[in-house]
Amino acid sequence: MPATYKFLAEFAQTWGLAYFVAVFLAVLVYALAPSRKGRFDAAARMPLQED
Amino acid sequence: MSVWARHKIFETNSIILIIGVLIVIAIGGLVEIVPLFYLKSTIEKVEGVRPYTPLELAGRNIYVREGCYNCHSQMIRPLRDEVERYGHYSLAAESMYDRPFQWGSKRTGPDLARVGNKYSDDWHRDHLANPRAVVPGSIMPSYPWLATTELDADHVSEDMKVQAHLGVPYTPEMIDKAGSDIRIQATTDAPNADDLVKRYPGAQVRNFGGNPQKVTEADALIAYLQMLGTQVDFKLYDNKANVR
Amino acid sequence: MAQTATNPKGMTFGEAGSALAFAALSFLSIIIAAKAYTPEYAFHAYLFAAAAGAAVFKIVDRYYDRPAELPPLTINGKPNYNMGPVKFATIASVFWGVAGFTIGLLIALQLAFPALNFDSAWLSFGRMRPLHTSAVIFAFGGNVLIASSLYVVQRTCRARLVGDIAPWFVVLGYNFFIVIAGTGYLLGITQGKEYAEPEWYADLWLTVVWVAYFLVFLGTIMRRKEPHIYVANWFYLAFILTIAVLHLGNNATIPVSIFSPKSYIVWSGVQDAMVQWWYGHNAVGFFLTAGFLAIMYYFIPKRAERPVYSYRLSIIHFWALIFLYIWAGPHHLHYTALPDWAQTLGMVFSIMLWMPSWGGMINGLMTLSGAWDKLRTDPVLRLMVVSVAFYGMSTFEGPLMSVKAVNSLSHYTDWTIGHVHSGALGWVAYVSFGAIYCLVPWLWNKERLYSMKAVSWHFWISTLGIVLYISSMWVAGILQGLMWRAYTSLGFLEYSFIEVVEAMQPFYVIRALGGALFVAGSLIMAWNIWKTITVGEEAAEAPALQPSLMAAE
Repeated sequence: MPATYKFLAEFAQTWGLAYFVAVFLAVLVYALAPSRKGRFDAAARMPLQED
Repeated sequence: MSVWARHKIFETNSIILIIGVLIVIAIGGLVEIVPLFYLKSTIEKVEGVRPYTPLELAGRNIYVREGCYNCHSQMIRPLRDEVERYGHYSLAAESMYDRPFQWGSKRTGPDLARVGNKYSDDWHRDHLANPRAVVPGSIMPSYPWLATTELDADHVSEDMKVQAHLGVPYTPEMIDKAGSDIRIQATTDAPNADDLVKRYPGAQVRNFGGNPQKVTEADALIAYLQMLGTQVDFKLYDNKANVR
Repeated sequence: MAQTATNPKGMTFGEAGSALAFAALSFLSIIIAAKAYTPEYAFHAYLFAAAAGAAVFKIVDRYYDRPAELPPLTINGKPNYNMGPVKFATIASVFWGVAGFTIGLLIALQLAFPALNFDSAWLSFGRMRPLHTSAVIFAFGGNVLIASSLYVVQRTCRARLVGDIAPWFVVLGYNFFIVIAGTGYLLGITQGKEYAEPEWYADLWLTVVWVAYFLVFLGTIMRRKEPHIYVANWFYLAFILTIAVLHLGNNATIPVSIFSPKSYIVWSGVQDAMVQWWYGHNAVGFFLTAGFLAIMYYFIPKRAERPVYSYRLSIIHFWALIFLYIWAGPHHLHYTALPDWAQTLGMVFSIMLWMPSWGGMINGLMTLSGAWDKLRTDPVLRLMVVSVAFYGMSTFEGPLMSVKAVNSLSHYTDWTIGHVHSGALGWVAYVSFGAIYCLVPWLWNKERLYSMKAVSWHFWISTLGIVLYISSMWVAGILQGLMWRAYTSLGFLEYSFIEVVEAMQPFYVIRALGGALFVAGSLIMAWNIWKTITVGEEAAEAPALQPSLMAAE
């Protein structure tokens, strides 16, 4: 079934790649957004602030 | 914001995390596994591959039980030295009835994908009982109990029933005759051998384990080893037809 | 405590329900034992019957001993942590660790001196090797993960574990699974799938335990007082969830009969191979990596007394790691009958995996920036930091070995064994030792470990062991690979297989020596932990860690 294989390969190399890039950018934006800096800094200190 | 509303947001957050993780891990697995089931090119079209006889199946289960796969692979890669050392590279079709697959991941001992008919039954018996008796440098454990332990032939038909349910082409006749097929295949010059070979083309019929009085685990294991990799006739196999 | 309560005492739904369920299980097990096809299976059924019966007894006994009110969630505004199950899992991890390493040493010696198989079915390499891998991965590693996760989730969420019996069920049920799996291998009960050897009934039992684990963990997160879920809990959650999915996928079997230990997997041949290594590699990725990264993200900052180097990097690390890992499985099947496209995908993702792995390593190591001097004075921190360095090393080696050209040489050889152990001993075991050395004084309310000098000895002895182990296996593996493919000038294969086996002997001896050193180190740890718990100096100020609930053991 070469047609199916070709279709899958083309799909993966175009839409699949675009999807990966989009997901990666979304994670980057989420992690690096300046508005979240304070929250993440506080979260980082959580293990040190017990009891 | 009420306490309840605040709590709810936290709850949804951990659920969102769970859903995110599930989506993320599902993609890779699905993309790699699902096509194997419906792309017809996954398994080649080959003549000769048949389900295991009851005796071979019982032998295979002993192979699994003793953990042979920890040291022996059953997968010849298409590399020059492997093909010269072990024989034609393994085809997916050759393990299509293997539950579980036993391709292995380590070669502390040699590959066994095509060990069938390479050594005599005598050699296998001696080797299983004490590998160093025939291969002085061997580090394989001895399996002396196989030749003395009687094979449990009563439940093999149930094993075949489950496999038939999973799509292995065992006919009701094969399942009915499983018990007697075990005894026939393990007997040299058995009168009903032709019948058995009709059901399982190419099956080798003889006393494998060296004890004509009873069917032992050695009979089953050697019967299995002697058929490994012998089903496909590579003189007739056209690998161009199966380029993937 | 709520002594003033006057409510009439009654069994909770959980107590009554689980007692009934265990009674039913015990009854069912006896029936199965009576009609079992094999004596080995009957033995397991009796074990189930005895354990379930003991559970009923313990639940009822505990009910009569406890006060009418269940332990409060908080005492004087502070969370009333439930540390009994954590303590049990910590001790269990030390026990299984020593046991698993010792069995590893035995099988290493068997390869050097085959007489050590003793011509015995139970002790033969083929049955002992799964016992070793399961004992170190699932028994040692699993108990470390359960102990640390149930500790960390309580502390970072500032909430008591959810459930009364459930946390104990998770810990005891998991260790019962270990006993069933391990005795099964010795008796020849196996599915024959690497790292997934336990048969269908053990798998079913583990599924129940795992669901309980997931619910306890998730419920505790939902109970938290903190708005944010700390990143270590993300890793733990991904570990628990993914292992559940993998376990179900790779153990989809149909038993021959309820009276038979044997089952057949629904996948066959090439599909089974793909499912197996999807499972197998992600057991590495999510059990041995994500779970232990959670340990890194909590215990290193805690021990170094400074926050993680970059919390943002840890988030990127998390998503990238879990996303990429799941694809990497096919690199175990290079040049096999698996279709090429799947092999290529596996290779590409394995190489990409290098990046998040090193992101995580940098994050762990740099947490020490400005406090490097602590490495000199604190051997526990040193263990953990060296573990992260080993993590970096083996996650560099892994992608390298997943390149098809390299893999054609390294696959099937002892190089793989060396690679696995640089990860397993250097990374997993070291970060676990670090976590255990941290946890024991915290849990038993001790000022410090009994002997810091012993920790140092443990560190140096086992480091020497690891170096001997992995260097001998690298040399052995590469030599093996080269000898297999060596040709004479006339174009014939130069070596027979047995010549290659014989050439391995000195390396197998060196490897066993390395293993012996590693076992010796773990014995020092066990002694030190024992001494800390029994005669260690009590911590100065006693935190609110009252024995709120009677421990079941």
